[in-house]
Amino acid sequence: MSIDMAQFHQVFFEESFEGLDVMENGLLNMDSGEVDPEEINSIFRAAHSIKGGSGTFGFTNVSEFTHVMETLLDEMRDGRRPVTQEAVNVLLASVDVLRDMLTAAQGGETPDEERVAAQRAELDRVLSGGAADADSPPQAASGSASDAPAADLQPVGWKVVFRPHTHLMRTGNDPLRIIRELAELGALEAECDTSELPALNEFEPEDCYLSWDLRLNEPVAKEAIDEIFEWVEDDCDFAIVPVMPEGYDPQAQAAPEAAAEARAPAEEPAPAEPELKVVEPAPERRSGADRRKQDRRKPAARKPAAGGSSIRVDTGKIDSLINMVGELVITQSMLGMLGEDFSMDKLARLREGLGQLERHTRELQESVMQIRMLPISFTFSRFPRLVHDLSQKLGKQIELKMTGENTEVDKTVIEKIGDPLVHLVRNSVDHGIEMPEERIAAGKPETGTVHLSAEHRGGNIVIEITDDGKGLARDKILQKGIERGLVSEDDNLTDKQIYDLIFQPGFSTAEQVSDVSGRGVGMDVVRRNINELGGSIEIESEQGRGSTITIRLPLTLAILDGQTICVGDEIYIVPLGSIIESIQVRKDMLRRVAGKGETFRLREEYLPIVRMAEVFGVENPRAREIEDGIVVVVEAGGSKCGLFVDGLLGQQQVVIKSLEANYGRVEGISGATILGDGSVALIMDIPGVIRLSQQDGSSEPTELSMTA
Amino acid sequence: MAASILAVDDSASMRQMVSFTLKGAGYDVVEASDGVEALNIAKTRSVNLVITDVNMPNMDGISLIKELRNLPNYKFTPLLMLTTESGADKKQQGKAAGATGWIVKPFNPEQLLKTVSKVIS
Repeated sequence: MSIDMAQFHQVFFEESFEGLDVMENGLLNMDSGEVDPEEINSIFRAAHSIKGGSGTFGFTNVSEFTHVMETLLDEMRDGRRPVTQEAVNVLLASVDVLRDMLTAAQGGETPDEERVAAQRAELDRVLSGGAADADSPPQAASGSASDAPAADLQPVGWKVVFRPHTHLMRTGNDPLRIIRELAELGALEAECDTSELPALNEFEPEDCYLSWDLRLNEPVAKEAIDEIFEWVEDDCDFAIVPVMPEGYDPQAQAAPEAAAEARAPAEEPAPAEPELKVVEPAPERRSGADRRKQDRRKPAARKPAAGGSSIRVDTGKIDSLINMVGELVITQSMLGMLGEDFSMDKLARLREGLGQLERHTRELQESVMQIRMLPISFTFSRFPRLVHDLSQKLGKQIELKMTGENTEVDKTVIEKIGDPLVHLVRNSVDHGIEMPEERIAAGKPETGTVHLSAEHRGGNIVIEITDDGKGLARDKILQKGIERGLVSEDDNLTDKQIYDLIFQPGFSTAEQVSDVSGRGVGMDVVRRNINELGGSIEIESEQGRGSTITIRLPLTLAILDGQTICVGDEIYIVPLGSIIESIQVRKDMLRRVAGKGETFRLREEYLPIVRMAEVFGVENPRAREIEDGIVVVVEAGGSKCGLFVDGLLGQQQVVIKSLEANYGRVEGISGATILGDGSVALIMDIPGVIRLSQQDGSSEPTELSMTA
Repeated sequence: MAASILAVDDSASMRQMVSFTLKGAGYDVVEASDGVEALNIAKTRSVNLVITDVNMPNMDGISLIKELRNLPNYKFTPLLMLTTESGADKKQQGKAAGATGWIVKPFNPEQLLKTVSKVIS
């Protein structure tokens, strides 16, 4: 029976990565002082599982490496080794190496062997340095090969004396089974010794009173026999004595009984028949078990890891999905019956059926969407480590607080928000939180706090990164903005507009570029990444008190609540979330500002007008004068503007299809969808449209800053 | 009726591998992810063989074997543990708790089936 082990790899990798997270979190907790035995236990278990799995599934290097970690953890667990900061750090670094090894294995690649070897040397150094016993366990790969000395002569068979202890059967073992197994090796002569059988009134049915003298007429390796008795060696007396062929010179070999005796204190082996000699066993042949061990060590031919990510789904979610599909099938069959002999008097029932269909479809859709939802802790979980490492490196004292880790977000958001968040948290740690002395001087607690939170607000998920550091240097940013020509000195900017400057490309105020953050790339990329997810980012800051960065993201990327609008013969979708209001603008509200294009006054603000027909090059729009059409006020990335369109059509949920994958990237368009009538409508990318309008209109980059 | 086997391991991949292999060989397999779960299953139905990992949360394999061996229905049931090559003392602890034998990790499906066929016929 051959089983393709590759089918278990995916699960193995998933659980191994989870195990690594468990180890990392556990180690970070240990780091902060007292050691909880259960903590070490769970770290140990994770390492142990990875080792066991990687050995079984053929990733020998992973298994060997994990073995060393496991040994160290085992000593800590048993209290034979103190938990030192050094050991924890080495283990943390080993977790990283292990993660790389697993990632490489998953992709069918070879890991960075130098790094692995270096880290392994680190582990060995810690292992050999500590107070632990010097029992260095065998390497994982070096199996228990036969250590019997080699000899020239083969025995022709074996005599086995087998005297089970009375309790043998209560271990779940069965003498008959063992004898049967022996018989599988070759022709077996068995003689049963019933002399120990008690009188019937003393007979305990659960005890074993019998013993056997067995003779196996087959020159098998001794290990094969040992293996059969392996489980019961403490539950019986047994001796294995080789039967030698004629002409063998006993003088040439060491006393045989000595070895056999070790295991059979009770029974002297029956004297060998005259023509047979007994000898220290020395099989050249390897037992079947050993050969298998050899084969096993060869890692299975690596297939490239099956592409496509998988997702773990709560069975509750699947149940509700199946339930929903059931409802849908019932509705469908009801409608089918209705359609067979339809007449107008059944119209009400048809409507009712269609209503049900709609409701069930929507519920089904929601349930399916639920499957893609994962708790944001998938992303948050990396931050304790990050903050720990950074603060050690920078010599700062920082406590990371996290709330709302169970907030669920779309899987794609989880995958894409990681890097921007890392950047922001790094910024907070590097630039936000001050050195301990500085903090004390400013009358703040020595330990700074970075707070990461997530929550659902409306149809969005809001992630906030708050620190109690020194806040953004408003004047420095402004000065730099002026230096870079991003703003002019007489622009009257609000604080918020000034803080927004740090999202401009190439803007960094770090006095010294550190290797932690502040290379001058970043915040603009962060903003772009978040915009690409359909989200927005903004900063609030108070000098000396800290700052808060707020990220708003849509819950899902696959379905969008959209407003359909028309321009000429074209239909577009504007994400409902970015629309503030839709108004009719009178001519007298319009103002042309030199160099800043067409604007209109909305309450206290002047907003630029973006004529969609011009931006997208739509021919013959119905509305040419501002009063003929409608202005949709949208907001993106902290900027507002008015989209001038022919008219509004309606609101509907649309399923987003990738334009990039099916056609190509188009500036100002984030995707496409298929409408009820089968036609394709493009979904507007509001930040992109704003950028487009800026390029078309004036090239002045600050055009929008006044509207923020 | 096919012999039934209770496979206990906190690692899903190992459990899947064991279960898949045994099912493929025609055994009836019940899975549990730790000792507590396994013990509950063992109490509510009877199985012909238990294969358990040693290191598990909530209740480890050794304790599970001890508990099972004390149940009248499991007095003679083969109880096998999955252990690593470095686990000589674990083997002893397991034996003391009443384990029938062990399967040394890492193992492949063929070895598993061979060992299982040793204890249930």
